[in-house]
Amino acid sequence: MANHPYDVPFEHLLRELAPQVLGAVARRFRDFSSAEDAVQEAMIAAFTQWPQEGIPENPRGWMIQVACRRMADQVRSEIARRERETAVAAETENLASLLEIEADMDPDDTLILLFMCCHPALTPASAIALTLRAVGGLTTAEIANAFLVPEATMAQRISRAKQTIKASGTPFRLPSPHERAGRLPAVLHVLYLIFSEGYVSSIGSHLQRLDLAREAIRLTRSTKTLLPENDEVAGLLALMLLTDARRAARTGRDEELIPLDKQDRSLWDHVEISEGIELLTAALARGSVGLYQLQAAIAAVHDEAERAEDTDWPQILALYELLNRVSSGPMVTLNHAIAAAMVHGPAKGLELLRALDSDPRIASHYRLDAVRAHLFEKMGHHEAAIKHYRIAAARTTSIPERNYLMTQAARLASD
Amino acid sequence: MKYILLMSGARAGVEAYHAWSKQDIEAHMAVLQRINKDLIESGEFVATQGLAEPKEAKVVRGEKNGVPVTDGIFPESKEFLLGYWIVDVPDAERAYAIAGRISAASVNMPIEVRQFATHEAKSR
Amino acid sequence: MKYILMMNGKKSDFEGYARWSKEDLQANVVFMRTFSKELKDSGVFVSTEGLGWPSEAKLVRAGKDGEPITDGVFPESKEFLAGYWIIDVESPEQAYKIAARASQAPGAGGTPANMPIEVRPVLSGHADLGL
Repeated sequence: MANHPYDVPFEHLLRELAPQVLGAVARRFRDFSSAEDAVQEAMIAAFTQWPQEGIPENPRGWMIQVACRRMADQVRSEIARRERETAVAAETENLASLLEIEADMDPDDTLILLFMCCHPALTPASAIALTLRAVGGLTTAEIANAFLVPEATMAQRISRAKQTIKASGTPFRLPSPHERAGRLPAVLHVLYLIFSEGYVSSIGSHLQRLDLAREAIRLTRSTKTLLPENDEVAGLLALMLLTDARRAARTGRDEELIPLDKQDRSLWDHVEISEGIELLTAALARGSVGLYQLQAAIAAVHDEAERAEDTDWPQILALYELLNRVSSGPMVTLNHAIAAAMVHGPAKGLELLRALDSDPRIASHYRLDAVRAHLFEKMGHHEAAIKHYRIAAARTTSIPERNYLMTQAARLASD
Repeated sequence: MKYILLMSGARAGVEAYHAWSKQDIEAHMAVLQRINKDLIESGEFVATQGLAEPKEAKVVRGEKNGVPVTDGIFPESKEFLLGYWIVDVPDAERAYAIAGRISAASVNMPIEVRQFATHEAKSR
Repeated sequence: MKYILMMNGKKSDFEGYARWSKEDLQANVVFMRTFSKELKDSGVFVSTEGLGWPSEAKLVRAGKDGEPITDGVFPESKEFLAGYWIIDVESPEQAYKIAARASQAPGAGGTPANMPIEVRPVLSGHADLGL
C-alpha cells in the first residue's frame, strides 16, 4: 500500500469521492477546469482538517460544499475584477442547496470524466496525469512523486491539459454511443499506460511511491462497473490482474529482474489469477477477440502453468497469430517470435525477427537485441548471444533491464 | 551543502565493464545499492541517476532559425558521464569520503566531486 | 521519458566566461532564467543545476585504508560539466528542440553562443512488462 505523506486511513475514501464531487461541481458550474481545481483544494482541505475534526457525517457533501465555496469565491473575484454583473453572479448569490446538487448527480459522471481526461487532443503523459487527478482522486504531489518530477511541473502539466480540453469545447456530458465506441480505445490505452508505469524499482526514490498498478486496476474496475457489457474493458482488467499476479515473483532480493521462466510461482497471487481468468472466460464466451482479451488470454496461459516447463506454448503461439491479425506491430512480432521459437525451435524465432530489422520503429530498440540474444543462446551460439545481450544492455534506458542483460552476457562469457 | 559526484568513462572502459564476470557485476551492483541505502539512511542522499550509454548521446546546436542540428559525436577516447550522485553534506571532506567509497566499489575509478553553484550571494 | 541536457566546457572556456563583460553575463543570466521558466511553464522541467568552477573540482579515489585521496589531476583537454537540465518529454525530438534552444544562450558579445549541448536519456528504474 502507498505510504502517503499524510498517512491517513481515509485517503481511500477521498479517492473514491473525488470524481463524484468533481462531476457534481463541474455539472453545476459548467466549468470542468475550474471545478477540478476547486475539488483539488477541497481534497487538500480534507487532508488537513479531517485528522483533527474527524470524518464528517456526509463526507461527500462536505467536499461538495467546500468546492462550491471555492468556485463561488473565484467567480466573485473575477466579477469584482471585471466589475460587472453576470448571470453566473446571480446564480452564485443563490447558491443551490446541497440537496439540489446531490440530486443532480449522475452515476455516469465518472465515465464522463474519464472520456474528458483521455481526450484525443492530449499527449499520453498529460492524459495520464489528468486522469489520475480528476478520476483517480490523487493529489498533484502524489502524481508528481509517482513520476519523479517536481510537483510544480506536474501541476503545470495538468493545468495545460485542462486548457487544451477547454479549448476543444468538450461539453460535460457522456459522448453518444457512437462517439463512445471511437473514444473508448483512448481511455483504455491511458489506463493501460498507468498500469505499465507501475513497475518501478525504488533506487533513487526514497519516498515510497504510489502504487500506480493498483490505481490502474482500481480505475479499470470502476470503468467496468460503468460499462458492464463492454468486453474490451473486461479484457483490460483481466490482463492487468493476470500480469499483476506475478508481481511478487518478478524482482529478486536485490531488485534484480527475474524472467518469467525463472520465477518462483508459489509467489504468484492466485486470487488475482482466478479473477482474471473468470473475467476473461466470460468475455471470450461472448465471442469477443479484441486486443486486450487476446493479451489477457496469453497471460492466462502463462499463469495457468504450474511450472515453466508446463506452459502451453502451442496455444500461446496460436494466440499471437490471432493477435497479429487484430493488432500487428513490432512488439507483437517480438513476442510472437519467442513463442514460435518455443514451439518450432529458436531458428524459426530468429527468422521471424529478421523482418523487424527493416522496421524503423524497432530496429534499434533494445528488446530486439535482447530477444535475439536469448534465441542465439538457445541455439548454443554463445558468441552471438553475448554480442546481442551487450548491445541490448547499451541500448536500454532501464537500469534493472540493463543489469539483467549485462549479467546474462557475463554468465555466458564465463561458461 | 550539495555536491555532485560524477562517474565518467571512455568507451574502452565501458566495454571492459561489459565484459566483467557475472559475479563481479552482481557484486558491484550490490555494493552500489548498499551505498545508496546508507546514504538514504544517513539523510545525505539527494539523487542518483544513470545515463544511457554514449551510443545514445547526441550533441545539439541551435541553428540561426532555432532548428536543432544533431551530431552523433564522440571520438573513441573521449570521456562520458556515466552517472552521478547528488549528496547533501556538511562539508567537502564528507563528499570526498562518499566519493572514495564509490570509487573503491568501482575498481578505483576516479570520481569527480563538484559543488553546486547556489543562488545565494555568498558561497559557503 | 527523461533526458539530461549538459553544457560542458574546458578550463579555458570557464576562464573565458569569467572575463565576459557585465552586460554579457547579465544577458546570459536573463536567458537562463527565461529558459528555465519556459521549461516549467510547458510542464517538462525536472531539475537544473549549475556546477562550481573546475578549479574547485576534485578527483577522488580510495586509498589503501579506505580514506579518500584527492590529489588527482585533470588533463588539460578535459571537458568539465558546467551545468545541466533534466527534462521529461514525449520524444527525443522534443528533447533536441529544447537543447537547441538552450544552445542559443547569448555568449561573449551578446550573440547566441551556439554551444553544443549534450543530450542523453536518463536511465529509469522502470522495468518493462514486455506486454
